[in-house]
Amino acid sequence: MHFDIDIAVQRGEREIACRIAADTNLVALVGSSGAGKSSVLDAIAGLLRPMRGRIAIAGETLFDSDAGIDLPPEARRAGYVFQDLRLFPHRRVRANLTYGEKPGGWIGFDEVVALLDIAPLLDRWPATLSGGEAKRVAIGRALLSAPHFLLLDEPLASLDPARGEEILATIESIRDELGLPILHVSHDASEVARLTDIVVRID
Amino acid sequence: MNPLSAEEWGIVALSLKVSLVAMALTLPVAYAVAWLLARRRFPGRMLLDALVHLPLVLPPVVTGWLLLLLFGRSGPVGQWLDSWFGITLPFRWTGAALAAAVMALPLMVRAMRLSIEAVDRKLVGAARSLGAGRWRAFATITLPLSLPGVFAGGVLGFARSIGEFGATITFASNIPGETRTLPLAIYSGLQVPGLEGEVARLAVISIVLSLLALLASEYFMRRAAGGRMHAF
Repeated sequence: MHFDIDIAVQRGEREIACRIAADTNLVALVGSSGAGKSSVLDAIAGLLRPMRGRIAIAGETLFDSDAGIDLPPEARRAGYVFQDLRLFPHRRVRANLTYGEKPGGWIGFDEVVALLDIAPLLDRWPATLSGGEAKRVAIGRALLSAPHFLLLDEPLASLDPARGEEILATIESIRDELGLPILHVSHDASEVARLTDIVVRID
Repeated sequence: MNPLSAEEWGIVALSLKVSLVAMALTLPVAYAVAWLLARRRFPGRMLLDALVHLPLVLPPVVTGWLLLLLFGRSGPVGQWLDSWFGITLPFRWTGAALAAAVMALPLMVRAMRLSIEAVDRKLVGAARSLGAGRWRAFATITLPLSLPGVFAGGVLGFARSIGEFGATITFASNIPGETRTLPLAIYSGLQVPGLEGEVARLAVISIVLSLLALLASEYFMRRAAGGRMHAF
């Protein structure tokens, strides 16, 4: 089972329940804004502790309240592309990319740079990047940490259609060629329909 | 022509030594306290906050007296320091440094705390998810991004140390060449007729040092507020 998730997350006064059981590489998580999609991703990445439940991805148990398992974020190997990107402002693009780089990862630095077409950006500061450029750097940084799965939070938001198409194609090739489990958060039905049949809705 | 006599240079050098040592001692302590207050919720947090700020509102003489009680020869910490390390603080320049450090602590904690609170915690989360443990995330994200506050706090604390009077004279006394720093020398000069020239020269040095420190700290705080740290 690629995804075996059944958690309850506290968010303010509300309790968000999320169940994902799927064997496909790419699962889409949809729901109206403010429904708690990002909170679910945070819980999976280990940045927010669920009230109870179980998270297992690609055969590895990351959290299990009954068994007392709660891996710290650095041990979960999540490639998390945040909606707000969170590039490190005091590091140039190159140093952002290599921050989580693991020797012997399944993709190398040069490969990532070529795949995302970010060679001209390497010596720039994050504050000088356009939205699309920053997004590609964030994706590259996540890929270089040799993740066991990807969490993509609205990866196409704030991109022009041409760039969006490129990123979408990149996601498809990661899904098909690398076979990496991907949890893809989106509010765009057509984007989701193109990527996967497995859609989980949070309300 | 040398504007200062050898004795006056000695006073300036002693002041700088006392203040620099006070800063070196206080920086890590102040940063640790600032981090705790900015990032952690724990029982006793309010008490720690109040305790650190106490020297800011207490009469400095009282702070000096408390230091005597604690670090004096018969005080609990003083006895322990003396018997284990052979260190005596009262009536020594090291005691003046301790008094300056305690008086500077609240200012330093305030500046550092503000700059730590200004570091987006989401960046720390991003670092953790990229495989960094707590320490690496702290050393590579929180610490460098809060450095302007560390500099600002350090400079501010340094200026406060240079000007320290009440706690120093109470705890370390006013011994020429040992604990007679700039303000103590100015005060002593005022007690003796005919030293107006020396008093004026030392006062001008105090004013210049304080102004420089204030400008430097303002510069660092602006950079912290700007948030765009291209130079790092």
